[in-house]
Amino acid sequence: MRRLRLGWLGVEVGATALIVAALWLYTNTNESYAVAPLGDVLESFRATWLFDHVGSDAVPSLVRMTLGYAAAIAIGVAGGFLLGSSAVANAIASPVVGFLRSIPAAALLPPAIVLFGIGGGTKVAVIAFVCCWPIMLNTSDGVRELDATLLATARVYGIRGARRLRLVVLPAVAPRIFAGMRTSLSIAILLLVTSEMVASTNGIGYFVFQAQQQFSVDDMWAGVLLLGLLGFTLNLAFGAVERRVLRWNVRDDRSK
Amino acid sequence: MGARLNALPRTRSGSALLGAVGVALALLLWQLAPALGLVPSDDLPGAGAVLSKLASLAGTDAFWSAVGSTLAGAGLGLLIAVVVGVALGVLMGSSQVAWHALRPTVEFLRPVPGVALIPVAILVFGPSMQSDVFLVAFGCVWVMLVQTLYGVREVDEVALQTARSYGLTHAQRIRWVQLPSSLPYIATGLRIASSIALIVAVTAELVAGNAGLGKAISLAQSVGQTEEMYALIVAAGILGIAVHVLFGGLERRFLHWHQSQRAGGDR
Repeated sequence: MRRLRLGWLGVEVGATALIVAALWLYTNTNESYAVAPLGDVLESFRATWLFDHVGSDAVPSLVRMTLGYAAAIAIGVAGGFLLGSSAVANAIASPVVGFLRSIPAAALLPPAIVLFGIGGGTKVAVIAFVCCWPIMLNTSDGVRELDATLLATARVYGIRGARRLRLVVLPAVAPRIFAGMRTSLSIAILLLVTSEMVASTNGIGYFVFQAQQQFSVDDMWAGVLLLGLLGFTLNLAFGAVERRVLRWNVRDDRSK
Repeated sequence: MGARLNALPRTRSGSALLGAVGVALALLLWQLAPALGLVPSDDLPGAGAVLSKLASLAGTDAFWSAVGSTLAGAGLGLLIAVVVGVALGVLMGSSQVAWHALRPTVEFLRPVPGVALIPVAILVFGPSMQSDVFLVAFGCVWVMLVQTLYGVREVDEVALQTARSYGLTHAQRIRWVQLPSSLPYIATGLRIASSIALIVAVTAELVAGNAGLGKAISLAQSVGQTEEMYALIVAAGILGIAVHVLFGGLERRFLHWHQSQRAGGDR
């Protein structure tokens, strides 16, 4: 068994090394101006992102995203609890919410620029606005589907108020909240990059876009690589947090 | 009164009524905010002005050609994503070697935000439909791959063994057992991917200037046509709802016989 597992690990490492080597060869022999040799890209990555532009471009991006995402979670969870616990409020709001969340995210950037200018606040506001809907809808579904027996049991045991929220309701709804947060995370990254490309004076998206405009292909690919690493790392971190917070939850969610 | 209000959402007509009230309230708020000077009406024109602008836009060819370009870019990209994603998903789902060989690469590429490739697309394709198609395909292929993979993995072991003992070849087993039983998963992937496709297409048009709704929106903004800008955004929202309804319906059709085997529908 152990040897078998080692064998598969070998296949994983070997195949991936082959893919990278093929990429290396391809980028070194391709004459297209859009392709840069992998070595040059890595060198540019080292020169740019370790750690020259981290303070000027990477940190502002991360701050914007964190603020917008945090606001989206707060609004989404609060709104979700409201809509989930009142059928009337839900019926009134659902067509409007359904419409607002169907607007393709980036389409909201131009009006946000008109309304709030191109400052950092605009990006935070747009991220918060667009990312709150998946969280809100999932939370409200979760609240509506709360197990009646669970609530009745809590009542019998005299668990009320804040203790009821913390011990009974939140744990039961948490898997749904996380499902919404996962969807929102990828939207947040998308919007961050887009908003920095459309209207910004710094940030990773701005850097990549500028590099392309100036035809510095090495820098462009280095920035794309960083965005890829960012998406990968954030996803990994999210998975770790989710597993930690929901470690009691045995539901095997295959719907993603 | 309170009791009667609470009874309303339980019937279809009652909740439709409440929904209409909600829409009316939202439109009223949108109409009043600029009228009362809460926001400058140059920056956010009232609902009436925007909706009548949308009505007049709907009579122009330029509008429909923009909608057509967006739908064509999103649709073609989605089609490529489905073909590639399902093929790779079946391959990785049915072969241990393929699964282990490709897993690290897929796991790394999957969370890469597709929009990060917009500058690359500009450089390679310029502002064109290919650029839309490329970005949409990259943005959607991973969802399709992962959903197909889950579907193929979840196939009923007894059905598979039966097929094997009846002498079906590997290819036949894929065609007659694994693919049909993963259809519901593929339908779910299609629903998720279809919204991603629209988002990515509009984003690419907005940033890279490929023809379509996104470009029209940013053009309207840059020349100060705010009414037209909001009208186009409303149109994009309606398009989003249409895509949602279409693929949501498709998913339900494929699911009705299979619902019990699936985990709850996250959105």
